[in-house]
Amino acid sequence: MTATAIRPKRVLPGFSLSLGTTLLFVALVILIPVIALVLKGAEIGPARFWAIITAPRTLSALRVTVTAAFVATVFNALYRLLMAWVLTRYEFPGRRILDALMDVPFALPTAVAGISLTALYSANGWFGGPLAGLGIELVYTLGGVILAMTFTSVPFVVRAVQPVLEDLDPALEQAAMTLGARPWVIFRRVVLPAILPAWLSGSTIAFARSLGEFGAVVFIAGNLPFKTEIAALLAFIRLEEYDYQGAAAIALVLLVLALVLLAFSNWLQFRAARHLEARR
Amino acid sequence: MSIVIDNMTKSFGGTSVLRGIDLTVETGELVALLGPSGSGKTTLLKIIAGLEWPDAGSLTVHGADWLRLAAQDRRIGFVFQHYALFPHMSVRDNIAFGLTVRPRAERPGRAVIAAKVDELLHFLQIAHLGDRYPAQLSGGQRQRVALGRALAIQPTVLLLDEPFGALDAAVRRDLRAWLRNVHEETGSTTIFVTHDQEEAFELADRVVVMGDGRIEQIGNADQIHDHPASRFVAGFMGATIELPVQMHAGRAEAPGLDASRLPRRALADGPATLFLRPDDVVPVADPAGRWQVTRCTSNGALLRIDLSDGAVQIPVDLPRRAPEARGLSKGSRVILRAEAGAIFPAMTTVPGREATPGAVTAFPRKEKSL
Repeated sequence: MTATAIRPKRVLPGFSLSLGTTLLFVALVILIPVIALVLKGAEIGPARFWAIITAPRTLSALRVTVTAAFVATVFNALYRLLMAWVLTRYEFPGRRILDALMDVPFALPTAVAGISLTALYSANGWFGGPLAGLGIELVYTLGGVILAMTFTSVPFVVRAVQPVLEDLDPALEQAAMTLGARPWVIFRRVVLPAILPAWLSGSTIAFARSLGEFGAVVFIAGNLPFKTEIAALLAFIRLEEYDYQGAAAIALVLLVLALVLLAFSNWLQFRAARHLEARR
Repeated sequence: MSIVIDNMTKSFGGTSVLRGIDLTVETGELVALLGPSGSGKTTLLKIIAGLEWPDAGSLTVHGADWLRLAAQDRRIGFVFQHYALFPHMSVRDNIAFGLTVRPRAERPGRAVIAAKVDELLHFLQIAHLGDRYPAQLSGGQRQRVALGRALAIQPTVLLLDEPFGALDAAVRRDLRAWLRNVHEETGSTTIFVTHDQEEAFELADRVVVMGDGRIEQIGNADQIHDHPASRFVAGFMGATIELPVQMHAGRAEAPGLDASRLPRRALADGPATLFLRPDDVVPVADPAGRWQVTRCTSNGALLRIDLSDGAVQIPVDLPRRAPEARGLSKGSRVILRAEAGAIFPAMTTVPGREATPGAVTAFPRKEKSL
């Protein structure tokens, strides 16, 4: 009998094989394209890179993208918090269906979303007509870009906040009540601190997603340079024009923004875990 | 601050949880609500706190109708079973919470709050833990913090839900004595819920035994132990042997039973049930006895004896050195001598609690206040 024969087995068999497969996949699908992009960007040289991203059309596209993504995220952060609240705190007919509907933007091809939104909000669409009467135009305006981004990032905040709200011990709120706290104070001092990390990190991911949203936006935005042209589309246009350096430079800016946001989101989660390590 | 509860009922989705509760708790009293799970004790506590609302009945505290007051306005200290400390706040902030959430006009100044928190931390013997977070505390320490947080608002009533339920035995014993001290020093009216008899009797001035949404009996340990007011209390207090007997001139009679040591009862002649604890029964050797020893084991101090008459099994605990124990072994025939026991008239109709006719016992079923 050798020692190896009685070595305890891991719960999951084939650890090295499965880890290897995972790493290979991550490398092929995520890391290599990102590295290729960075290398391509590095080829350009700082002066040229700076010239590309400070060109008026690039700056305008970045401004449109960041502004629209920001507005969409703020709207989603507030509105989806309410939705998560309703879904976890109340029992009503159709709650499960509503809950399932939250994931539709994940499942729906974004181009389909873009086309339906355009159809609905164009001047002769169901919503577009009445809104035009009020003097509000969404299609081919910044409003349209915001609308599309809002739609595609619905699930992030809801799905981030929902489990935390569900896990929140009702006794905490009851304790605050017995101590004399009014509902708003209870929300601000007991509920909000508990869900804040998840809420912020969900919103951050939604923001990152909106920055890169392409399919849904291009249909409704009209893509007018200096008005409704987004950064991802401009990168695409540069690519079509065989201007690989221009495309890479713009893409790199988006990549850096996304990575910064991702790091911020993880930092929030990490910070939140601090107090709760040994909870019960 | 006396608490008067009158004819209170409550049901959850068709299930009655409280079926008419009448109870008075006097100012400064320490009262235990004792009962098995599902007896309604926690619901009653939560109604007093304003976390649940009854379907009917009244709750009057020091003359004021508390059913018109929100939980926030009752000034109660509530200690939850799992403490419910705010996880993102330090111990200090947890204790200060009730003071810091007051409207600006009534809120004490920062320094006053800090001083009050310090005082409580010392009083609760957790002065060194002020800057920790709840996750960094042991169960017993969390319990103290929870109590400190409740006491900080100087509550009119202190309510505790299974205060020691989640702690291990040694900590439990320790905290029990400590809670008694806290109660005496603060002089607050205190009500706590427990399913542990020992805890209830050791700690409380009065114990309210609850079963199935009703108050079955109110009293101290001896009263409840010796004179259970109902079949339920008898069973809950460990009288697990139920013997059918015939009442005759106030005495219980049954074949193979010597109940002459029991006092006469004011019960009508007829069928009744005798409730006995395993250690209140002595088997007496008798060659013609109804009962036969089927098993006899010893733990050194006590003999655990199983008796049978062919149909009914009875467990008996007998001190090993008792004279009756001599010569007792498997197969011996015996009769039973009851040293103590409770007798209730036989149920006239089939199950359902309503079927129990009003038992005539030394202590009435419900008492307003002792």
